[in-house]
Amino acid sequence: MSNEAALHGHSEVAHSHEVHHGDDHGHHHKETFITKYVFSQDHKMIAKQFLITGMIWAILGGLMSVLFRLQLGYPDQSFPWLEDILGRWAKGGHISAENYYALVTMHGTVLVFFVLTGGLSGTFANFLIPLQIGARDMASPMMNMLSYWFFFGGSVVMLSSLFIQTGPFSGGWTAYPPLSALGSASPGSKTGMDLWIIAMAMFVISSLLGGLNYVSTVLNMRTKGMSMTKMPLTMWALFFTAVLGILSFPVLLSGFVLLLFDRHAGTSFYLSDIYITGVGALPNEGGSAILYQHLFWFLGHPEVYIILLPAMGIASEVLSVNSRKPIFGYMAMVGSMFAITILAFLVWAHHMFVTGLNPFLGSVFVLLTLLIAVPSAIKVFNWLTTIWKANIRFTPGMMFAIGFVSLFISGGLTGIFLGNSTLDIHLHDTYFVIAHFHIVMGVSAFFGMFAGVYHWFPKMYGRFMNNTMAYIHFWVTLIGAYLIFWPMHYEGLAGMPRRYWDYSIWESFKQFSELNKFISTVAIIVFAAQLMFVFNFFYSIFKGRKVTVQNPWGATTLEWTAPIRPGHGNWPGEIPEVHRWAYDYSKDGRDFIPQTEPVGADESKHH
Amino acid sequence: MEMVSAQRQKVHPHKFTLWIAIGSIIMMFAGLTSAYIVKGSLPGWSTVEMPKIFFYSTGVMLLSSFTVQFALKSFKERKMNLYRRLLTLTAVLGILFIVLQVMGFEQLTASGVFLSGSTGAGQFLYVIFGLHAVHVLGGAVALLVMFFKAFSRKFRNYNAVPVEVISTYWHFVDVLWLYLFIFFLIKR
Ligand code: HEM
Ligand SMILES: [Cu+2]
Repeated sequence: MSNEAALHGHSEVAHSHEVHHGDDHGHHHKETFITKYVFSQDHKMIAKQFLITGMIWAILGGLMSVLFRLQLGYPDQSFPWLEDILGRWAKGGHISAENYYALVTMHGTVLVFFVLTGGLSGTFANFLIPLQIGARDMASPMMNMLSYWFFFGGSVVMLSSLFIQTGPFSGGWTAYPPLSALGSASPGSKTGMDLWIIAMAMFVISSLLGGLNYVSTVLNMRTKGMSMTKMPLTMWALFFTAVLGILSFPVLLSGFVLLLFDRHAGTSFYLSDIYITGVGALPNEGGSAILYQHLFWFLGHPEVYIILLPAMGIASEVLSVNSRKPIFGYMAMVGSMFAITILAFLVWAHHMFVTGLNPFLGSVFVLLTLLIAVPSAIKVFNWLTTIWKANIRFTPGMMFAIGFVSLFISGGLTGIFLGNSTLDIHLHDTYFVIAHFHIVMGVSAFFGMFAGVYHWFPKMYGRFMNNTMAYIHFWVTLIGAYLIFWPMHYEGLAGMPRRYWDYSIWESFKQFSELNKFISTVAIIVFAAQLMFVFNFFYSIFKGRKVTVQNPWGATTLEWTAPIRPGHGNWPGEIPEVHRWAYDYSKDGRDFIPQTEPVGADESKHH
Repeated sequence: MEMVSAQRQKVHPHKFTLWIAIGSIIMMFAGLTSAYIVKGSLPGWSTVEMPKIFFYSTGVMLLSSFTVQFALKSFKERKMNLYRRLLTLTAVLGILFIVLQVMGFEQLTASGVFLSGSTGAGQFLYVIFGLHAVHVLGGAVALLVMFFKAFSRKFRNYNAVPVEVISTYWHFVDVLWLYLFIFFLIKR
């Protein structure tokens, strides 16, 4: 099918087979407010919808963390104003234990799935794929629109669970049974959990619809000359991300289906004859909570790479553009992303070293887990080599891309500790794990996302974001993130467990009370800096400095050959043809050579 | 790689998307059947006798694969009346399959295998066969949509892609059924 047919809906009439790279595209839809801004099928608008929904979720999720950090930092203090704003959530100015767990759970769920998966992939896959491979839109714009609306629906359901009588689910973002399988286990395990499952199921459907589309678009709709190996690394990254999602999310869905049956049909997939105070022994027999963990982490581990790979792709692109140098080791980058994709499916049991896993099996998973360090290290080496001795332009996007590399190194190193099952016996479920995954996944993926937003904002809105605010945002976030999470390694090594409401009553962890105060204070400051970013974002949409040239960063890729504010269909004329890879920077005495320029006869060879 | 010529030989994006979706569904059932294997090795496991009726539903499913294939063939030969009849027949067989499955479940219940209670092959059987039936139902609905499209007088339809997509999907749920059925017969 041609690009044109994709754009104009699939009239199932006879001619949809002939490929015409026609010239009659442009715009002949009548666009109303509803079709342009709400039920839009334009990938660029859908990307913005994902981005802004993701931002709202990030603010809410971040706010939740501020609230529970207040409890952790100041367990014996009461904040009457909290009761004024939050009502029953903070009776007497205290976050109660039950609400604390609800906040932690929602924080994790929201940030992992709704912000860093939906918000990140949803935004950049939608925005960049058609623009960078040279397509008018996605393979199926309709499915793409549905993908957003399932995401939105899931968001609404998840949000609504905050307001019900028994509160949202409170058993942790991984939703392990029995807390998730048994309504009587805790208030949050009642309706809150049902809403959680419904919301997550809709989220999974959204991811699948999106992922199918991304893969099919990348493989089928590239413009003339755009072979796979001429694609920018962002495309490879988003492609592998989609593949991971398509293959792992269905398994999570199976896990949820069994969970639903345990909750409502009395099956014993996960539940066994455990004894619950106030309820007595359960009638169930033979269920295994470990089974859920297998199903969950079979998704859960790929999921962390679903979050990270887009950030890696964005960082590669931004680093290369702003170093004015070709990315170092393009094929090695693709190869290591491929290796990561494969290995991501083979390491899930490293989250389960202490579940009574057979130690021999454990050692196999140790080996496979540590193998991931190899492609990760290759990527880090290539990023560093790319910026090595480069003529760096320190744009905000570039700062965040460099910050991403720094965080990825710091967090990756602690992964090697955790990946050793013997060390993990001590470190599992301590603050060390919290520090590890917040740095390597949480903050570094956010940095990738920020790099992307600052870099492509001019393409999205035809304006620049404010630089001063951007630099303040960068430094506060980078320093703040290290100040928050670095000390947590130390707490974790000392054995401080995660998911406790009040550490001050523990003799062994009293010593950390000042440290916890410090962490909480920094967390509040960092949160404030994010609000400034949000302000900058919306302010710049309307008041930012206007983009006056088509290609403000001097980049080689196709999106910068489209008009400053591209319409639906992206290029008013024919889709440009591609003649070279995406990284011809500082070549043969020229600053950059766009992908659309034919290779000259006397040009030096690249890779 | 020369793209223009390649573009023409490529699979239609809709068919391609279907293949990826099939991969995704396979992962879902792979997850469920491996959960079955994991659980099957735990103590307290109980097995079930496969109700005879599932053999009949297997026959129905296989038959419907033939009818949908012939429907596609007659569509391509523009024998529209035959196409419509075969399409209807396929949908009817699909519904019949689901009815047989439900009857199978009833037989199971009658023989004392319940959804609730202690763990065992029976619980998995209900859930896995049930989810499969949902996929068949989805296919049957798609067939009905095609059926009404075939009657529409507004536009003549020469595009075989939707028919190919639905027939591929139908063969897939057939093969999936065979896999699940044989899996349950062997792995007890
Ligand atoms: C060298 C690479 C890495 C290794 C060897 C590694 C290893 C581990 C191990 C063994 C655990 C389990 C710790 C425990 O619960 O006791 C863990 C937790 C985790 N890792 Fe990594 N990791 C690596 C990189 C990453 C990356 C790149 C991400 C994300 C992008 C990530 C995200 C997570 C998350 C989210 C958790 C904890 C989930 C939870 O229990 O709530 N890791 N890691
Ligand atoms: Cu992992």
